[in-house]
Amino acid sequence: MRFEKTMDPIYIELIIQTVKVIVVFSGIMLLAAYVTLAERRFSAFIQDRMGPNRAGPQGLLQPFADFIKLIIKEDYTPEKVDRFVFKIAPAMILFPSLILFAVIPFGDKITLFGHTIKLQVANLDFGIIYILAISSLMVYGVVLGAWASNNKYSLFGGIRSSAQMISYEIPLGLSIIGILLITGSLRLDQVVVSQADYWFSVIPKWNVIRQPIAFFVFLIAAFAEANRLPFDLPEAEQELVGGYHTEYSSLRFSSYYLGEYIALITSSALITTLFFGGWHLPWIESIPMPDWLLQVLQVGSFGMKTIFFLFFFIWVRWTLPRFKFNQLMNIGWKVLLPVAIVNIFITGIFLAF
Amino acid sequence: MKRVRQEISLLDKLYIPAILKGMWVTIRHFFNFKSVTTEYPEIRTEVAPGYRGVHRLNLDEEGRLKCVACEMCATACPAKCIKIIPSREPYDENNKERYPLKFEINELRCIFCGFCEEACPEDSIELTRIYDLAAYTREEMIYDIDKLVEIYHKTKDDPNPFRVHKKSRY
Repeated sequence: MRFEKTMDPIYIELIIQTVKVIVVFSGIMLLAAYVTLAERRFSAFIQDRMGPNRAGPQGLLQPFADFIKLIIKEDYTPEKVDRFVFKIAPAMILFPSLILFAVIPFGDKITLFGHTIKLQVANLDFGIIYILAISSLMVYGVVLGAWASNNKYSLFGGIRSSAQMISYEIPLGLSIIGILLITGSLRLDQVVVSQADYWFSVIPKWNVIRQPIAFFVFLIAAFAEANRLPFDLPEAEQELVGGYHTEYSSLRFSSYYLGEYIALITSSALITTLFFGGWHLPWIESIPMPDWLLQVLQVGSFGMKTIFFLFFFIWVRWTLPRFKFNQLMNIGWKVLLPVAIVNIFITGIFLAF
Repeated sequence: MKRVRQEISLLDKLYIPAILKGMWVTIRHFFNFKSVTTEYPEIRTEVAPGYRGVHRLNLDEEGRLKCVACEMCATACPAKCIKIIPSREPYDENNKERYPLKFEINELRCIFCGFCEEACPEDSIELTRIYDLAAYTREEMIYDIDKLVEIYHKTKDDPNPFRVHKKSRY
């Protein structure tokens, strides 16, 4: 009797969801830690030097060493700050980046013990709007941190950063509308499934081919949203003036730092899902293979594409010089916005005829 | 004087070709480069023959300190890091010189200028080529006679063509 009750479908769903959440969360945190190491090593290779390679074999234990160092540092809260806001500001960057990952599909369905599990933590009906809404929350982390620091230089840096992030939200959203027109649905798994087709049975129908202008705009806007070079004025200001995380030390600083890298991972995952077919591995469905192998390869292809885009972010960071603030705003409003709107028109005309 | 602005084409104005060329340069460096990092401690930089590293106190053929506690090195030292307490009697009747009871060099204060080596009339204190001193406390870095003689034993055979041996001239 009791066995029957515990096998109630709602409990099974609960267990499946919990396991999915745990797997995705720990996966992202581990990946974010290793992206910090990858950034340091790859930037070192680009600059003709070795990066940190002492902490473990090839420096693989370096993120843990950094984390331990950051935790055991003194946690200093300056006197005249707004205490509550000071404490929650790092969470406002960490939290949205993590929950944004909930709608990203990293594989097709798998079947375990008779239950079909969709490899996506939350299949929301309004996935794309959810993405745009949550990514706007990340601005709060920056601006609250800057305000709470009670430091005019931090405030200045934070305001610049928030202006940059807000002005690039608009081309970000408008470029996604092109995809929306083609896909016809706001759900992200539909976006991936609609890219799983082929033209002439050879070329996969990825959105990067169907919407190249949107891809271009989204890529540049993603760089600006993640505060990465060439748009990294808020970070560079800490070399020059202040920056929104001047007054933060130890664990709070590590949350800011990790939050930035998690936002980077989320942007890469979004780019692969929206433009590069997500988990779709082309030309592989025709090869007969056991189902679980297909699923593993598809999840693996999602991972590979995301990692490629992370590498791309790192690669561009160490190639390009920084934009000046007026050039930055110029590009955001006078170049990307018209291009995104024109893209919507062109897509609309294409679809109508 | 009018400044002539060079006209650049539309494609150039977008900076896309320039960005792509830059990324090509970067990725070339990523895949083949010769690292300029010296991977210490497996590979150590070779220091010059006249390099001024940590001090040593020389011993003569019978194993006694050459130092006669004249305190010329302590006087010459700009950082005042040498402390000497001379003895009242010599080693024994055969040796008419006095010797230092306590000879301490505070390696943390030392600026490794080599004035003590230049000042010494007995060729007793010399600067070796050992540069990697490390310790966990400040007290460990105050080198007394035992440590300085230990360094002598380590670097006995290290030739230094720039060293001027004053005593061997007469």
